[in-house]
Amino acid sequence: MSPLSPSVAPLRSEFGSAIERHLVSCDQTIVYVSRDRSHDVLAWLRDTAGQEFNYLTDITAVDYRDSERPLEVVYQLRSLGRKADLRIKVALDKRGGQLEVRSVYDLWRGADWLEREVYDMFGVAFVGHPDLRRILMWETYAEGFPLRKDFPLRGHFSRAEQTRQALAANPEAHYSLEELSIAEEYGELPKEMQERLAKGERGFLK
Amino acid sequence: MSLRTVEMALATPGVDAAGHPTRVPLGVASGDGTYHEDLGAEHMLVNIGPQHPATHGVLRLVLELEGETVKRCIPHIGYLHSGFEKLGEYRQYNQIIPLTDRTDYLSPMANNVGFALAVEKLMGLEITERCKVLRVIACEMSRIISHLVWLGTTGIDLGAFTPFLWSFQERERIYNLQEAWTGARLTTSLTRVGGMMADIPDGWEAGLREFTSTFPQTLAEVDTMFTRNAIWIGRTQGVGALTADEAINLSLSGPMLRASGVDYDVRKDRPYLDYESYDFDVLIGEYGDIYDRYRVRLEEMTQSNRILEQALTRLERLKGAPINVSDPRVVLPPKSRAMSDMEAMIFHFKQVMEGVKPPAGEAYMGVENPKGELGYYMVSDGTAKPVRWRIRPPSFINLASLPTMCEGALLSDVIAINASVDIVMGEVDR
Repeated sequence: MSPLSPSVAPLRSEFGSAIERHLVSCDQTIVYVSRDRSHDVLAWLRDTAGQEFNYLTDITAVDYRDSERPLEVVYQLRSLGRKADLRIKVALDKRGGQLEVRSVYDLWRGADWLEREVYDMFGVAFVGHPDLRRILMWETYAEGFPLRKDFPLRGHFSRAEQTRQALAANPEAHYSLEELSIAEEYGELPKEMQERLAKGERGFLK
Repeated sequence: MSLRTVEMALATPGVDAAGHPTRVPLGVASGDGTYHEDLGAEHMLVNIGPQHPATHGVLRLVLELEGETVKRCIPHIGYLHSGFEKLGEYRQYNQIIPLTDRTDYLSPMANNVGFALAVEKLMGLEITERCKVLRVIACEMSRIISHLVWLGTTGIDLGAFTPFLWSFQERERIYNLQEAWTGARLTTSLTRVGGMMADIPDGWEAGLREFTSTFPQTLAEVDTMFTRNAIWIGRTQGVGALTADEAINLSLSGPMLRASGVDYDVRKDRPYLDYESYDFDVLIGEYGDIYDRYRVRLEEMTQSNRILEQALTRLERLKGAPINVSDPRVVLPPKSRAMSDMEAMIFHFKQVMEGVKPPAGEAYMGVENPKGELGYYMVSDGTAKPVRWRIRPPSFINLASLPTMCEGALLSDVIAINASVDIVMGEVDR
């Protein structure tokens, strides 16, 4: 089997300039897709006969040590029927402010927690994800995004500050606002909190 | 109600005229919850965990209940988050191996093997024959102990105590073998890039042979205890069922995926360590419920035992063969040579001070772990420390399907469904 995936040529003819470049590393094909068309490309790869990449193995991101280099969101795709793999990457410019890419939650439900983790660790916002909030860190975590290269190993806050915050945290605040809305406790929330809930605000994102 | 015909033991209670197990009080709600309408006027919020024996670790579930029916299930994870992926970016490749022990701590050896394979893929290294066979043994031993823990704890969750004792007794025998091989029972750190930490000690094969010859007997006892047990069937059949399409859409892997009828086993579909040359079968479920997951895991243990026997035969042929690649830039020279030979000492020094340096590039390596497809995605920029070390955690992704399976089920089924996912929080939270 040739190392270059046979999916690259049809992708190029279908999407043209939206396919930025492709390369082969360790016999695995990587295709860079423009940010605006990433959802279309992934949907096409999933649904087109002959491609059938029906299984989303993984979503992750890579932040390189070179601070100029864009952050990459990585999709590992697998076709269970054809026994083929393909890696799709979307490069996001870190200097351009908000990092955003379309969510693939509507294509694969399995993307739910994977996208939440990438958001939690890298601060990439997945537009269209219904419940984008932190998953491994707690929802009020304020130090930033741990797997970014500009995040120091021991965190942004000093040990003293981390301890102070842990001690100051309200131990009663076990439930998220959303969960409180299930039970009667909703009525007892402060007015400002109720308003935020009604607007559907979650975590850091509007 | 499942319409499977199940061979029932004589005089077991709870069987209807057609021979199907009856499970009236434990049944899944008919779908829209009308069955419990009188209780459903008010929704209740129930918190389970993070300190709860039936959540198999520090998992916390918040359930919205209507009567006894689960309307919504919101899992909270992260209590055991250790930042392994971040830590790995500050360590040399061989120094990451102890971190892999602690992710899925019920199958540390299989994680070690997966990691070493990923780095070797990144470097384009071809490992030795004997090393491959030893790694297969490590993987299959891990599969057996991991499934034994699953079997025992799930049994306890559903009220069966005895199989827990049997399975932990068997597990103890493998742990003794692991200890004899690596010096550690849990933190094995068995592999190194390009080889193994150590070869098996003299006479070790006899111990494993004794295990493989007696272990099927325990499996047969478990089979007798569970497979046609009316209570077990009542609690597991038709509960938490996922169709093949749902399972694929949820990115499930391992026994969870196969129980739903999807034929995907990394050992067969993307073979590594010469798995294609071993003779073993992969059981595919039909209904995707807890009962099928149980059957798939039970059969996997039988098959792992078969693979272990075949690997032992191969090991005899490879007696005395090297376990490490001969490249001195990858593997430490023997200590005796490092102390007497100038060149070996230089390589030893460079290995210890700088570590292995894979070329710039990236690789994804998926291996079939007991919990599912464990993937390591490595990105290197040519230095001795990885730019990115991503674990594709099977339990994390499988656990994400919990809300889908729980919604509409009864509160007592949530425990059974959660147990059937086979999570290990060290890996979910990493």
